[in-house]
Amino acid sequence: MLKYIDEEMRAARAAVSPDTARGAFRVENISSRRNFLKTLGISGGLVVGLQLLPSGSALAFDPYPTGAEGMPHKTVTDPLIFVAIDSDGGVTLVAHRSEMGTGSRTSLPMVMADEMEADFARVSVVQAEGDEPKYGNQDTDGSRSLRHFVQPARQVGAAVRQMLEAAAAEQWGVPVARVRARDHAVRMLDGEGPDARESGERLGYGELAEVAMTKPVPAFDELNFKTDDQFRYMGKGETPMVDLHDITTGKAVYGADIQLDGMKYAVVARPPVVGGTLKSMDATETLKVAGVSQVVELAGSIPPAKFAPLGGVAVVADSTWAAIKGREKLIVEWDSGPHGSFNTKDYEAEMRATAARPGKVLRSQGDPEASFANAAKVVSADYYQPHMVHVQMEPVVAVASLSNGKLEAWAPVQSPYGTRQDLAAMLGLEEEDVRVNVTLLGGGFGRKSKCDYVLEAALVSREVGAPIKLQWTREDDIRHGFNATTSVERLEAAIDENDKVVGWRHRSVSPTIFSTFMPDPGYASAVEAGMGLVDSPLDIPNLSIEVGEAKAHTRIGWFRSVSNVPHAFAAQSFIAEVADSLGRDPKEMLLELIGPGRIIDPKAANMPEDLWNYGEPYEEFPNDTARLRHVIEVAAEKADWGASLPEGEGMGIAAHRSFVSYVASVVRVKIDEDGTVHIPEVHTAIDCGYCINPERVHSQIEGAAVMGATLALYSGLTYENGAVKESNFHDYPVARITSYPERVNTHIVEHPFSVHATGVGEPGVPPFAPALANAIFAATGKRLRDLPFGDKIV
Amino acid sequence: MITITINGEEHQFDGDPEMPLLWYVRDVLGLTGSKYGCGSGLCGACTMHMDGKSVRSCVVPVQAAEGLSVVTIEGLDPNGDHPAQKAWRDYNVPQCVFCQAGQIMQAASLLAQNSKPTDEQITEHMTGNICRCGCYQRIQAAVKAASVEQASKGA
Repeated sequence: MLKYIDEEMRAARAAVSPDTARGAFRVENISSRRNFLKTLGISGGLVVGLQLLPSGSALAFDPYPTGAEGMPHKTVTDPLIFVAIDSDGGVTLVAHRSEMGTGSRTSLPMVMADEMEADFARVSVVQAEGDEPKYGNQDTDGSRSLRHFVQPARQVGAAVRQMLEAAAAEQWGVPVARVRARDHAVRMLDGEGPDARESGERLGYGELAEVAMTKPVPAFDELNFKTDDQFRYMGKGETPMVDLHDITTGKAVYGADIQLDGMKYAVVARPPVVGGTLKSMDATETLKVAGVSQVVELAGSIPPAKFAPLGGVAVVADSTWAAIKGREKLIVEWDSGPHGSFNTKDYEAEMRATAARPGKVLRSQGDPEASFANAAKVVSADYYQPHMVHVQMEPVVAVASLSNGKLEAWAPVQSPYGTRQDLAAMLGLEEEDVRVNVTLLGGGFGRKSKCDYVLEAALVSREVGAPIKLQWTREDDIRHGFNATTSVERLEAAIDENDKVVGWRHRSVSPTIFSTFMPDPGYASAVEAGMGLVDSPLDIPNLSIEVGEAKAHTRIGWFRSVSNVPHAFAAQSFIAEVADSLGRDPKEMLLELIGPGRIIDPKAANMPEDLWNYGEPYEEFPNDTARLRHVIEVAAEKADWGASLPEGEGMGIAAHRSFVSYVASVVRVKIDEDGTVHIPEVHTAIDCGYCINPERVHSQIEGAAVMGATLALYSGLTYENGAVKESNFHDYPVARITSYPERVNTHIVEHPFSVHATGVGEPGVPPFAPALANAIFAATGKRLRDLPFGDKIV
Repeated sequence: MITITINGEEHQFDGDPEMPLLWYVRDVLGLTGSKYGCGSGLCGACTMHMDGKSVRSCVVPVQAAEGLSVVTIEGLDPNGDHPAQKAWRDYNVPQCVFCQAGQIMQAASLLAQNSKPTDEQITEHMTGNICRCGCYQRIQAAVKAASVEQASKGA
């Protein structure tokens, strides 16, 4: 057995049993099925040729810098960390990013397997524990997993392939040039050079593993990479998800599925208002509930508290049900603290008032004031987004066991190493004494970037002296989450006497995520402003991008696509409004305002010095309007934009660059006589650079349309006196199979590997809501500016 | 003492008869394929079969299952080869997967009653099962495909 992976992880694998950490490191051979997936929409039109761009070299793998260099612990390319080969040829690959539905647990190992010429059917995937110094950055957010790790994964794979080749050459006593790895074995060649043919002699990877591990790991410049046409899996979209058999048989392991010996169950009663505190408690009746063993008071936190628990009272029992029942019997009184007067309606009015006043200018181009003063016509509109919450299907949950000064946790977390650091800091432990095991995540969408629930589980374990499974109910999840921000976006356009848009103002008023981490700065950060606000690609001579002050009263956190959602909703709706005011076609107007295809020069456009660009080096990942224009053209063409539609139907279009990808959506709606909104068809075009796993890109785009429909039609939290009113799916609905877009067609712009892979998990969401609003306007003449619309237009 | 049959195996339970079937199966029996998503019968992640009919096990007290035959995702097919399970794999349906056991159980109960459902019947039957990742398009297609296989089996 080749010990590429350290003993600890192997031991953990071996220890899998129902009595210990059931399935925490489940390794099962993935389905042997390797034939074509009957993926919807994947036949025909899977990829769209792009003529506008230089094709680049399809042959070379020239390494390029990415934002990974700016992330904590960057990347790791040591194959001994990521790859193990057993003597029977079984290959084990480590997934170090969390799997929450985007498919990175499949796609990154697939890249490694491809470059090392391994048969993916013989690959097992193990999930890394939280250890960034060992694996590189593990913070699974920002649509970064493939963007930052496709190069390291290729490097790891190529290194292993060459080590196996070196081992085979040694065994045969021939030069390395006389061997070639292909399909899980190294083959003897009849000569040297590219035309050499296989002689028929072969050594399987299992046979070579022992010797291969003694070979030096090749340096980057000694590596021979595959050319694009040699890829077995990359770019093909024919790889089933790992774990697929487990998934369909209920064996896949999530946070709540971990069972430990002696484990107890806990739920927590939390203060309804952020920053609230426990005033009094009577647990007499709680402790009478059969199965309840104790209650534990948890200290609260006053914002900015990062991910510190909200505090409250934990009810500990011998089953989840007993804990829930015990909590119902708890008599508690809370002090609501500084946010007890927060009301959604009042706050919306405040934001609207702020948006009507001049803001802090982040970017100014030309002379916007003069353009408005001299305009023949001014169009303006305000757009509103309420606070929203993730409602991932798996409410947050964690298992923690603290004993003898060592803490072990099992949890669905997006940032396992961040969780480990926070656990160590909170409990006063050394990092070495804390281990964070990552289960599958039942959805994340940003919620599981915040590890408050793991901290809670650890605190309760410390008090109880036993392993604890701490479960949030759906009500907890909706009422005590980290919200998407709320915003009012004011848009103004100055139009001259020739009906040309000559001036543009976008003023955003929105409390910042940074209020969770530092004393509330009151204004959007550079990161938030960088999400489709200051980086606006519009080619308008006079432009003012502003932010207004807004203080946070809830815990705000990342939510899939983050500030791109309100920014794109407003800007892309407004462009259609301007088109309407001028009697123009919205798509033509959009293209006209974007202007000619060009790489935007941020300096010439007077963008701020701290332009975020999603953390990517601008010269490698520039804002290229040719690519934005192209996705608009593709989506419009595929949707048959401009076709006449029956009464009550309409099409809307929107496009947005986010996470350095370009996405355009055309949404078609059909409005029933009673006003019910149906979405028969969506066409989304995405340019995500080189597309590593087209099948999972399809699934992300399909899902983005559903999430876009949910936030457009349904999502909104209502705060009254600082507390959330909504509680479960009956009053915080999400799209169901009856209300989802009936057909989502994904069109992926084709590129060679040399066009850098960009984000996929998030960029599909922002264009959806404005495209839907524009479609509803086209169908009904009714302009919807306030999210959510509801699913009936009256 | 409640006697209840889960996946063909008889169990005795003398705990709280009001405990929902979901928590009994997960916490007491350790069968964790059925998921908790809402606790109110609103999302379908906990779907099981009770005497062949799909139920939201998070709102069914364990005593209501007394004497009945309960099937969970673990017991749907000994090899995981129910037509719905196979179709789910063929279409690479899931994303985060958390709701999928419930989706598959809900689909299987439709196929048991109606081996040739129309698109509308599929939509109608699946409407209680939420997928926040938005895999509905593939769920719809997988149920359809599974029904074709189911029908050919029955023929």
